[in-house]
Amino acid sequence: MDEPLSELDRRTFLQALGSGLLITVTNPNGWAQGTPVSARLFLNGDGTITALSGKVEEGQGPRSELSQAAAEELRVPVERVRLVMADTDLVPDDGITAGSRTTPINVPEMRRAAATAREMLTALAARQWKVDPATLAVRDGVITSPTGRTMTYADLAKAKDVAAALGQAVRPDVALTPVQDWKTLGQSVPKSNARDLVTGAHRFPSDVVRPGMLRGRVLRPPAYGATLESVDLSSAKAMGDVVAVREGPFVGFAAPSSHRATQALEAAARTASWKMSPRSVSNDSLFEHLGTHARRDEARAEEKGSAETALRTADRVLTGSYRVAFIQHAPMEPRAAVAEWSGDRLTVWAGCDGPFRAQQLLSEALGIPRERVRVIVPDMGGGFGGKHTAEAAVEAARLARAAGKPVSVRWTREEEFTWAYCRPAALIECRGGLNVSGALVAWEFTSINPGGAAIGTPYAIPNVRIASVGSDSPLPQGSYRCLGATANNFARESFMDELAAAAGSDPLEFRLAHLENSRLRAVLEKTAKEFGWAARRRQVTPERGVGLACGTEKNSVVAACVEVRLDRSKGRIEVTEICEAFECGPILNPANLLSQVQGCIVMALGGALTEELEFAEGKILNPRFSRYRVPRFRDVPRIDVHLVENRDVPPAGGGETPIIAAAPAIANAVFAATGVRLRSMPLRGEALRKS
Amino acid sequence: MSLTVRFRVNGDQRSVTTDPERRLLDVLREELQLTGTKYGCGEGQCGACLVLVDGEPARSCLLPVRVVEGKSVTTIEGLARGEALHPVQVAFLEEGALQCGYCTSGMILAALSLLRRKPDPTDEEIAAGMNGHLCRCNGYVKIVKAVRRAAALMRAERHG
Repeated sequence: MDEPLSELDRRTFLQALGSGLLITVTNPNGWAQGTPVSARLFLNGDGTITALSGKVEEGQGPRSELSQAAAEELRVPVERVRLVMADTDLVPDDGITAGSRTTPINVPEMRRAAATAREMLTALAARQWKVDPATLAVRDGVITSPTGRTMTYADLAKAKDVAAALGQAVRPDVALTPVQDWKTLGQSVPKSNARDLVTGAHRFPSDVVRPGMLRGRVLRPPAYGATLESVDLSSAKAMGDVVAVREGPFVGFAAPSSHRATQALEAAARTASWKMSPRSVSNDSLFEHLGTHARRDEARAEEKGSAETALRTADRVLTGSYRVAFIQHAPMEPRAAVAEWSGDRLTVWAGCDGPFRAQQLLSEALGIPRERVRVIVPDMGGGFGGKHTAEAAVEAARLARAAGKPVSVRWTREEEFTWAYCRPAALIECRGGLNVSGALVAWEFTSINPGGAAIGTPYAIPNVRIASVGSDSPLPQGSYRCLGATANNFARESFMDELAAAAGSDPLEFRLAHLENSRLRAVLEKTAKEFGWAARRRQVTPERGVGLACGTEKNSVVAACVEVRLDRSKGRIEVTEICEAFECGPILNPANLLSQVQGCIVMALGGALTEELEFAEGKILNPRFSRYRVPRFRDVPRIDVHLVENRDVPPAGGGETPIIAAAPAIANAVFAATGVRLRSMPLRGEALRKS
Repeated sequence: MSLTVRFRVNGDQRSVTTDPERRLLDVLREELQLTGTKYGCGEGQCGACLVLVDGEPARSCLLPVRVVEGKSVTTIEGLARGEALHPVQVAFLEEGALQCGYCTSGMILAALSLLRRKPDPTDEEIAAGMNGHLCRCNGYVKIVKAVRRAAALMRAERHG
């Protein structure tokens, strides 16, 4: 697997995985008759199956789920499926791994391919036996006739017409196994490579070692907007074992060790002269900046009734303005890639969410045709939406080309905090109107900068105006786990709490009175019951509060109740308990889903309480874990997760939406205890000291 | 300036001729190809680089390699005995206490080190003992369970 593969190589390689089966795949992106089964599945000589997916494993669990999907429909134990992921020479382009799309899109695709394969293999057996295929049963990879004759997948792998059979197109309408008959899906199948993760044997992108490989470092500007005027590379070159490269704005160094590469970088950095482009926005002036630069005229608004009229005639009108700081993904493994050239062909092992997107980026940056670039994404060390780009891959490829040797580039934590894109900051303006009986009759919601995820209201309100407004982001921003949904849900669920208080209603009752979405009602009622909402609400003291919030996004629903304890003299908010109910349809892998929900809850605590990128004059001021606090063991409250299964809807992803409920529930709990409304994430307890 | 540093790694005597100020993390990963030890922050804040030096936990991203001259270093690769995993590794597998797995090496070595000091820790003691280790997939809940399970497995091993 050293170089890009020709189509013949691909076949040879896949055969070498275990079969004598010849397959023909010519164009992974455009088959006239639909995608052939063989683009996704290979039957190996021993009856095992090689399944292919363009998705990336970064801890969220697609390796298990896609293997389960193939095993379920092929009727084989999951151990007999070997899943090859994210290698542009071997797998179909399944798009970038993002947006909770693997479960609703790629799992069904895999199931359809596997179900079609099972039908074709059954048909082959039926033809040999001259019986009706409908009379044959498949179990554990064995096809059985009514008279008791059997044929295994291993037998069929040797049949001469099997290649033609699996070369047929996946049937879009093939019958899939109903949820109640699932044997492999719905089970807590662990990751097939879990053993390699506990022994240190797994090679993450930053662990890949190639013969003669060098380590690379890249010269970074001192601030955003700074451009390089001059740099003296002679001292780096004089080190003897260092390759120094300047290609336009790119300056980098490759050396036999990262220690030497860093020494070369530091020597050159001292000589660099930069043209600064001063930026006046800092985290202190951020929200004013977002507000002033909001492109309100270009807003895409969703309107129902007339919010404006209803606000004029409402009995009471409330306004609220909410803020969400920039935060970083901070995956444990920073961006990393190894690039290796072989003639004019390039192979890159990269930690990124989109192998085919990276292939395109590399092709453009290096000026070589796409088909000469192979990108492989080994299971990587976290992403959370932060690795849609492939900067390290391009940097490694430039250095490797100049050095004539493979080069590994791994960003430092400081580079990751400074130069990786961040989650968008948000300024959200709300107006709401209540009628005399305390019902919500008007809702105006203007969300500046975070984007439209979960911007709509799930509550039944007759007059609504909801707008997503772009602005000028002073920092590079991009995707993040559930993206703008966290900001929009924070504002909406906090403001709902304000309205409930104004209406003199219990926050749970107020929501339920306006909530028609039965799935959302179900999780809200579930968490309230499990938490003991009604009783604990009555026990609120100035030092101990409870709050709740709910929300829906990406076809899943979530609700959380929290308890906070407050030390007002110290301005300290401690979350002591979170009870969260989550529903995303039928559950594909309960243990993995539980990990994802627990993970979302703890990650949510960071954005809710402590995480904030501080910046001024184009510089990130806290680019270190010692100055940017992410949740640690001792920050974890009692966490009580209730996975609600709903078999009446198709499966949806579960790795994002569970993050959106905690922050507003905490703010609401603080309000319940103190009457102080915190409207900025992270929620700072200092305000409690003053009140 | 290069110096030859001699030390044991996972039981084997090794010698590396290099800048003595070079970090142990880089020497393990780049000279000895022991890539199970991870870089996470370079400031001793995240614990991904944790190794044991003469049995004591050490953050290899901060440790100049000269410091381990004559000492014995254990990395994640040195825990299993052939095919037999260490009880802490078994416990992490059985509890599913890993997602991306990048923090796992450091977590397992930290857990082992904690359990040697405190063979039967409470959840609070586990959280306190592991607080210098970051997981961003946020498996903390399952990791605490795994450490508890590891404690039981290690006790059973001692008494079995």
